[in-house]
Amino acid sequence: MTLGKKIFSGTLITGFILGIIFWGGFNWTLELTNSLSFCTSCHEMRDNVYPEYQNTVHYSNRTGVRAECPDCHVPREWIHKIIRKVEASRELYHKVVGTIDTPEKFEQYRLTMALSEWKRMKSVDSRECRNCHDYESMDFVDQGRRAVKAHSTGLDEGKTCIDCHKGIAHQLPKGWEEAAAKAGL
Amino acid sequence: MINAEELSSLRGDHPLDEVSKVAEKKNWAKDGEPISRNYVQQPPLIPHKIKGYQINLKFNKCLSCHSWKKYRESGATKISQTHFKDRDGNDLAEVSARRYFCTQCHVPQANAKPLVENTFKPVDAVKN
Repeated sequence: MTLGKKIFSGTLITGFILGIIFWGGFNWTLELTNSLSFCTSCHEMRDNVYPEYQNTVHYSNRTGVRAECPDCHVPREWIHKIIRKVEASRELYHKVVGTIDTPEKFEQYRLTMALSEWKRMKSVDSRECRNCHDYESMDFVDQGRRAVKAHSTGLDEGKTCIDCHKGIAHQLPKGWEEAAAKAGL
Repeated sequence: MINAEELSSLRGDHPLDEVSKVAEKKNWAKDGEPISRNYVQQPPLIPHKIKGYQINLKFNKCLSCHSWKKYRESGATKISQTHFKDRDGNDLAEVSARRYFCTQCHVPQANAKPLVENTFKPVDAVKN
């Protein structure tokens, strides 16, 4: 083996190993920020939305399956996840300037934040809901009479989950119905 | 000395050194047809689950189906006109504050037996 070949294969192997370390490290760190414990490590989430979510079916239920913050608020597919994570970096700015650092301020911005999240969910046809809830696997026979009625007509009308299921994990702000109707949500 | 068999407390007649009976858990009734009233002016019972329904200053989840605006679309019973009057009998444009908190009068049902026997029967003329 000539010196040139040795350097080439050496670089290749080193690059491969470094690639695994950096890529793995990046993904590992990213996943650390994708958990309930990370989301509730700031008091803005821990004191406002988290206690509300704890009373809902997505936190505690009959079968013990739990949907945590990122299951609904962060897309699963890598490319969509990265885009969302980059968008969410502005939250660091608002954390620093304290946009929602008191319950009063949080309440003041709740509608704005809710509208923005409803808009995001509607624009992707409630993709994050559908990671678990699939129309195809819904058995209408097992649903209550109200659910059957809504789901069977909803399908035909091309509605998406978030059109009706707003405020299922967090409390709804005053005047949300008018605001949502105005925004076409 | 008192024998456990002779003594009955709130705990029932279970001996202290034994585990008491686990109370039977009551389940909320599943979605069903409207339940007919037992007497005139009885607040209608809720024939479905209402777990997690938000009823507070900011929003009333019940009204998202039972309001005059929504009842046709949802197929729900509409809120009675009596709920739009204040205590002096004045008509209001919104649901009266004293009638806003639905679950003060309207309640969902569970598979529980009545604690006290009741033989009440409404008179025929106003039975529905």
